[in-house]
Amino acid sequence: MRSSFSVVLPASLMIGLLAAACSSTGATASPGGVPAASESAPPSAAATEMPSASSLSGTLIIYSGRSESLVGPLVERYRSETALDVQVRYAGTSELAATILEEGDASPADVFFAQDGGALGALAAEGRLAELPGSTLDRVDGRFRSPDGVWVGVSGRARVVAYDTRVLSEDDLPASILDYTDPTWRGRIGWAPTNGSFQAFITAFRVLRGDDAARTWLEGIQANEPKVFESNNAVLAAIAAGEVQVGFINHYYLMGQLAEQGEDFPVRNQFLPNGDVGALVNVAGAGILTTSRNPAAARAFVDYLLAEASQRYFADETYEYPLVTGIAADPRLVPLADIAAPDVDLSDLADLEGTLRLIQEAGVL
Amino acid sequence: MLGVGSFRRASGRLAPSSMRPSEAAARAPWPLLLGGLLVAGLALLPVGYLVVRAMGADAGALDLVLRPRTLVVAASTVALALLVGAGTIAVGVPLAWLTTRTDLPGRRLWAILVAVPLAIPSYVIGFAFLAALGPRGALQGLLEPLGVRQLPSIGGLFGTTLVLVLAAYPYVLLSTRAALLRTDPSTEEAARLLGDRRRTVFHRVTLPILVPAIAAGGLLAVLYALSDFGVVSLLQFDSFSRAIYVQYQASFDRSLAAILALMLVALTLGVTWAEARLRRRAGAYAGVGRNTRRPPAVVPLGRWRWPALAFCAAIVGLALGVPTGTIAWWLVRGAGQGATIEFAADGALNSLILGAGAAIGSVLLVIPIGLLVARYPSRVASLIERATFTGYALPGIVIALAVVFIATSTVPLLYQTVALLVIAYAVRFLPQTVGGVRSALVAYGPRLEEAGRTLGDGPIRAFLRLTVPFLRPALVAGGALVFLTTVKELPMALLLGPTGFDTLATQIWDAASEGFYARAAGPAAILLLLSAGSVALLLRAEEAPR
Repeated sequence: MRSSFSVVLPASLMIGLLAAACSSTGATASPGGVPAASESAPPSAAATEMPSASSLSGTLIIYSGRSESLVGPLVERYRSETALDVQVRYAGTSELAATILEEGDASPADVFFAQDGGALGALAAEGRLAELPGSTLDRVDGRFRSPDGVWVGVSGRARVVAYDTRVLSEDDLPASILDYTDPTWRGRIGWAPTNGSFQAFITAFRVLRGDDAARTWLEGIQANEPKVFESNNAVLAAIAAGEVQVGFINHYYLMGQLAEQGEDFPVRNQFLPNGDVGALVNVAGAGILTTSRNPAAARAFVDYLLAEASQRYFADETYEYPLVTGIAADPRLVPLADIAAPDVDLSDLADLEGTLRLIQEAGVL
Repeated sequence: MLGVGSFRRASGRLAPSSMRPSEAAARAPWPLLLGGLLVAGLALLPVGYLVVRAMGADAGALDLVLRPRTLVVAASTVALALLVGAGTIAVGVPLAWLTTRTDLPGRRLWAILVAVPLAIPSYVIGFAFLAALGPRGALQGLLEPLGVRQLPSIGGLFGTTLVLVLAAYPYVLLSTRAALLRTDPSTEEAARLLGDRRRTVFHRVTLPILVPAIAAGGLLAVLYALSDFGVVSLLQFDSFSRAIYVQYQASFDRSLAAILALMLVALTLGVTWAEARLRRRAGAYAGVGRNTRRPPAVVPLGRWRWPALAFCAAIVGLALGVPTGTIAWWLVRGAGQGATIEFAADGALNSLILGAGAAIGSVLLVIPIGLLVARYPSRVASLIERATFTGYALPGIVIALAVVFIATSTVPLLYQTVALLVIAYAVRFLPQTVGGVRSALVAYGPRLEEAGRTLGDGPIRAFLRLTVPFLRPALVAGGALVFLTTVKELPMALLLGPTGFDTLATQIWDAASEGFYARAAGPAAILLLLSAGSVALLLRAEEAPR
């Protein structure tokens, strides 16, 4: 019984796949059989722009580049509040972006919840994201959403310099990220250059100060023999272990460790003053796919992420900046308004490739 | 007598050059050839996908890929492959010999312990090594009183090789073990009777018989190292798989990543070619089968037992002790901080289903390949065999995206189903079963089946009744290997499983990627137990042929 199942299934599949291999050369458009995306609203959805949660039905599929550990409870609450069958696929942000691009029109996803703007930009560039309603976009400052209105920032994360409080005080730290090329910092810096937020920071650097300045800075830091780590978390752990003294990371990793290990944890964040390029604010954000089969539910979910309770969740549980105006961040953080984030489109893909090239040319990667 | 006969026959069949390839291929029954071609076609699909994607690259992209940096990545990858190959053989072959042929104290327990590291996901091993042997890791903590303030970094070629050797040596160990258990001791005994010393016998008789098995295991170990992403990213080593990942992750450019991946495929072909050459040169000995049921004489270690024990203990301590110690430490620390240790059963059940399905699938797919290569050797047969390896060294993310593209555009109904995921695993991990089944088929030869057919059995009935029982150890061992690699696999499970489908590997990843190590410890412990069980099964299958 088992063997007949196992034999027949692969055999029919093989034939299908072989046929595909022959026919799919070059063409990314999906062949017949896959229902093309339609704008048809689900039958039960009211014609109003903001359907109430109870009027939604059907399935909502979310591709989440933010991990279940972080946003699972938020999704769980939404699931209990609506009649929707909410399904979430958790994986890395860039892997999911690539998956959606490969799926093309056949993508089952309704919403893409991404860890950074670059991934959303990659989907926007391929025409995979639908325009969001003005009422959704307007809730978030123009700096933190897509210029074309196809994705919206949900929470903000600031770049900071984390430092070892056992050997340094905030007064010992330079006021600009540029000064870390000084030879006195040799062997004392940790960074994670494969990390998406690091690369976004370099992209902002290039936009604000030009490619040459960015290259000079990268080479200057490289000359100081920084320790390279795989993730921001690893950089933070290395500071705590005394392996390095400063690290260029996002602000919220420290908050998590303080919550877990107490105030004795020997690391603190410095928010670089005066609108320094080192104080960039990145976003995690969401967009709706043009191929969504349940766009009403998708819009309702994005609005849910921007609702006050959800924004509070980001402030309290993930220690990020709420992006909806009027909701306060953790009091230990420098208020978002006081960080002069550069006005940069972090989803610009031409720049992302250029940034990678620059980082590689500087010998950092 | 029988031994010599099978020896001649097998060695003749192993040398394709002695036959006209077209004649030999013509003799393969067409359903077998068709089956082999279909399996090879499935295995080649990811490469086809990469070619499609690579052709989408513009000219400017090409010079990005063809710059000197890419050469550096290629050179580091080759260096890593060579060192991991040499290292896994240096560790795996002695362990195989010690645990099969000697009076090593506690031999059966060691046999299991040295094979279990196969079950540990490489990102767990990499992480554990950073935590234990990093500049300010646990070892440094122990040495602190001696004035050691910081250890040298374990990253780079040396550290990466060390960790990958410890993760991959079981491939060499298992295939060498299988060959040692299968080998007829009478050949070695004859050499002893003719006056050779024990060491000379090992060099002149045992080792040549083992070469094909060592090469096959080394091939799997090297390709594992090439495909691994967890260790190279944690230890910051610039191999192809890391370069491919950085390309996806930083610029979302699938064309450039595809070009890099095709270079990795080319390297894979080079490695499989080298392995096939090595195997062909040793071909004359490859067919020595075990036709007696007599176990080989046990070699007394004498005073060498202490160094031997120390060697086993050192390897087990590093490859098994460091990762399990780290997991245990996560558990203890998490419990101390009041974290609840969760044992979510659904992840374990899903992993079990995937692993068992993939194992059964691989075993079914390998039979036509093994039969073609062992019974009807020809150029077509060896090309089919080679084809199953082409995608084996590709990082999981590349295979996953290939399957996403192919499935959504051809069999959308199967997309993100358990069935498709199982098939993808069965095809991807098929190479782990090929070597063992081929050697077993070569060793036993077609005589019995032919006898059965003269007695009136049809070809399929004769195969099922007479050959499959002989093949069973190889099939169980291959299936267990596929099971082990499937349950720890991550990227394909994340992207290709049904939405909301947790496995042990995805649970570990979800928790560990956010630094919640206590939460990762539960599924990691279950994964280890599950895998230790299948290792035990694998070893029992090998020790009791028939």
